[in-house]
Amino acid sequence: MELLYAITLGVLTTCGVYLLLRARTFTVILGLTLLSHAVNLYLFASGRLVAGAPAIVGLTERSADPLPQALVLTAIVIGFAMTAFVVVLALKAAVELRNDHVDGENPDEDRA
Amino acid sequence: MPLALIILLPLTGACLPALMQGRSSRLLASVSAIPALLSLLLLLSWLPHVMHGGEAIVQQLTWLPSLGLNVAFRLDGLGLLFALLITGIGCLILLYARYYFEGNDASARFFTLILLFMSVMLGIVLSENLLFLLVFWELTSLISFLLIGFNTDRQAARLGARMSLVITGGGGLALLGGLVLLGQAAGGYDLSTVLAAGDRIRSHEHYGLMLNLILLGAFTKSAQFPFHLWLPHAMTAPTPVSAYLHSATMVKAGLFLLARLHPALGDTPEWFHLVTLTGMLTLMVGAFVAMFMHDMKGLLAYSTVSHLGLIMLLIGLGTPMALAAALFHLVCHALFKAPLFMMAGYVDRATGTRDMRQINGMWRFMPAMMVLTGISAAAMAGLPLMSGYLSKKMLFTESLLVTAPDWAVVVIPAWVTLAALFSVAYSIRIFHNVFFNGRPINLPIWPPKGPRPAALSPIALLALATLLVGLMPEHVYSALVQPAFAAARQTLVDPYDFSTLGGSVPMIMSLAALAGGALFYAMRDPLFRLHASLPEVDAKEIFDWIMRSAIALSQRRVFQLENGSLQRYLVFIMVTVLVLVGLELLAVDRWDGGVALAPLDPLTVLAAILLCLAALGVVVFHHYRLPALLLLGVTGLFVTVTFARFSAPDLALTQLMVEVMAVVIMMLALSFLPQTSPQGSTSFRMGRDLAIAVLMGIGVTAFSFAILTRPQETISGFFLANSVPGGGGTNVVNVILVDFRGFDTLGEITVLGIAALAVFAFTRDLHLKERVVDTHPGHWVAEPHPIMLSTVARLVLPIALLVSAYIFLRGHNLPGGGFIAGLITAVALTLQYMAGGLVWAQERMLSPFRPLIGAGILIAVLTGLGSWLFGYPFLTSAHGHVSLPLIGEFELATAMLFDLGVYATVVGSTLLILANLGKLMTVAGPGKEIG
Repeated sequence: MELLYAITLGVLTTCGVYLLLRARTFTVILGLTLLSHAVNLYLFASGRLVAGAPAIVGLTERSADPLPQALVLTAIVIGFAMTAFVVVLALKAAVELRNDHVDGENPDEDRA
Repeated sequence: MPLALIILLPLTGACLPALMQGRSSRLLASVSAIPALLSLLLLLSWLPHVMHGGEAIVQQLTWLPSLGLNVAFRLDGLGLLFALLITGIGCLILLYARYYFEGNDASARFFTLILLFMSVMLGIVLSENLLFLLVFWELTSLISFLLIGFNTDRQAARLGARMSLVITGGGGLALLGGLVLLGQAAGGYDLSTVLAAGDRIRSHEHYGLMLNLILLGAFTKSAQFPFHLWLPHAMTAPTPVSAYLHSATMVKAGLFLLARLHPALGDTPEWFHLVTLTGMLTLMVGAFVAMFMHDMKGLLAYSTVSHLGLIMLLIGLGTPMALAAALFHLVCHALFKAPLFMMAGYVDRATGTRDMRQINGMWRFMPAMMVLTGISAAAMAGLPLMSGYLSKKMLFTESLLVTAPDWAVVVIPAWVTLAALFSVAYSIRIFHNVFFNGRPINLPIWPPKGPRPAALSPIALLALATLLVGLMPEHVYSALVQPAFAAARQTLVDPYDFSTLGGSVPMIMSLAALAGGALFYAMRDPLFRLHASLPEVDAKEIFDWIMRSAIALSQRRVFQLENGSLQRYLVFIMVTVLVLVGLELLAVDRWDGGVALAPLDPLTVLAAILLCLAALGVVVFHHYRLPALLLLGVTGLFVTVTFARFSAPDLALTQLMVEVMAVVIMMLALSFLPQTSPQGSTSFRMGRDLAIAVLMGIGVTAFSFAILTRPQETISGFFLANSVPGGGGTNVVNVILVDFRGFDTLGEITVLGIAALAVFAFTRDLHLKERVVDTHPGHWVAEPHPIMLSTVARLVLPIALLVSAYIFLRGHNLPGGGFIAGLITAVALTLQYMAGGLVWAQERMLSPFRPLIGAGILIAVLTGLGSWLFGYPFLTSAHGHVSLPLIGEFELATAMLFDLGVYATVVGSTLLILANLGKLMTVAGPGKEIG
């Protein structure tokens, strides 16, 4: 299970990084979202993978690590706010610069 | 009495002329002379102590002991000799500048800078700590830059200043490296430590490197070949600057440093070869070029280069009294060179030129100056009874004492005799050519008007000093040079026996030089013609070429790194991360940490595969933005499932809500952006990016696997144990959020609120429609809102709100809480916007979102502050049981009030973001503000 989980993280990271390196703002936002999924899952997993044991006192004998969960919960919400912010930034850039290239210019090609 | 005062006096005194801009040079000079004279008097008060062989005085103030950096000053014979030269000649320069700058309104800057320069020069010679010395050293480079470029409106002055800064500043960098190595080898940066550790330093493995770096610093500062270049170009400075910096003080700093560090570094074959050979080359090049200079100051500059080479040669020589001869000549040189510069300055002002082919026969116009300058020129030439005569004889005597290596035994005496010959020739030239040699030719100012008698006083005083040294060398030697020599050798030394100078061989060498020099000067006209026909090697061209290439190279490199492409910067960051983390990961010997792996089950495998496929799908279809966005949503849903699968119901709920909102927002954004991405990248770039991405993925897989299979050490036991007794809730995640780590959460909801406000601010004046609509016409179609959706949405709203209230209330004990409840409320309200349209929803909804955010944060803060009322720390929670009819008994904690703040902030922020993004796309265009 751990290996499967690690590979999934790797795939998410790969996809996220590749999209981050593209030249269009929207694609970069997609990549950023995938990468933040990977990061959240990774942080979450630092409490180890425990099945059927939510961190609720008295429910099960052993329970999952609540601390990473609490940290990731706020990370998800803040990540959402940041995504929204980046989206608006991308919109603003597209309007001001009349194209959606990350550099705001040279829209037809990558710059070397 | 603190030694620091000697440095601080001119330093603070420098403020005085700065505050008196535009006043007469007479007033400025008098004011500036006060701190300089006080410093000189302080130094003189130490003279008896030092003269009688007293111990070196070290005063220190601990500053940064961990870095080996103390504010420490040291006064011994060597420091005192240099300090006296700096302040003594400095005072005379101030006197000279009073006349030189007469009628010049801008001289206040000169007086300020010259006092600052005096202060930092004193810092060099009085520092006990090498790092401190280095700071002063660099300051002299900086201030000399300002002084050389004093006439800022002249290009030659600016270029000369830049050249000197590049060369001496570059040498300063080398010196920094050398001194750090030296301090490491010696075990400390204090001179007392360093000077005592000579044997350890000389046998240190980095001795060669250290020596080369320190010599580089000293050679550049003291204008040794081939770094001498900056000195002649620094002659664009006003003459008082040349007379002070470039004859008496700054160029002597390198010599001081080598004399100072001699016990630590000196008397090795490397030292002998590097220092002596450099000195010999500089001596000869300077003397030769000086002879053929037609510019008065140029001649003096090259003769200074030559004399610096001579002193350098003596420092390297290693014979018993060579260092004494070096220090003695250094004093003589400062005394006779400064008045020659002063003379050149007066003649320049009187005639309007410095070209000796025009300036002739000045004796008619300035007879007094002729007599005084004659003394200095005779000393430079080394005529009998003059100071230079003695120091030259000392040089010859020492050169004959060299016994090894074989070549040096013959070459050095012959070499110094030849150089002395040239020096006789140029000394005669500067005197004879200026004051005699026929009549003036085409002077720009006619008739030349010599300076008034009072203006000659600094020249007269220096000429007198030169005579005194020549007449009673023993006294000068025993008072000044011998203590300095002893301090430089770190041993007791015998007095110099001047009667030994009468030996026959040095006498013959001396006479040969005199006769040869006179003959050489007599034949000057054919020699000048011969010299003019030689191809000219202009070292400045070479220097400029090096500078241009260096600048062009760095510009190219900067452009390669920083060409404005964000993609490129990101690649650099990624590759850096890959390399740094990769190197660490490669060093891991076992990936599998040994903890037993959990078994796989088919459903999980399937979910993982689907998750990966969805993520890959986003990449594959990223050119078609809508499908890619939908696949992104699928990815998010499977992430939600993952949280649920591994015992994190709170996370699963949060992720689900966030995913819905995020997709809605991106959909909104997409409606303004192009629907497809162009195939922009070349296949090379795609391959490169793919390689980086895959390597990143492999790295993440490897280290997460390594972490997951290692035993866990967690602090969560505390939270699990104290959640019920301390926080009054069984849902530990929620208790952590609102209680144990409540302060973190407070920060996080504040960030959330700020992000929402930023979105609000950005969308406020964003007019998308007018500007984007043209790029894809036909895209903006106002479709009616689907009737079924809007009907169902209205029905769903109260249910959803009820659910969110339930989730909120139970959150302390079961999955839920402020974050999740807030998101559920927001999603439910978003649904109304989507189903009925912005205008419809706006009419039916209270939308003070910004006040809601503020209220949420306020509630959270006030809850925290409330605990102060009861004498507890910020955000301490209290709890108790409450029972309500129908709902039953539940636990009520102050943490719940805090959670209410979280709830309000989340609802307010989310809806503020959504409503404002939605507002952009209304057909009616941006209406009044929402939120």
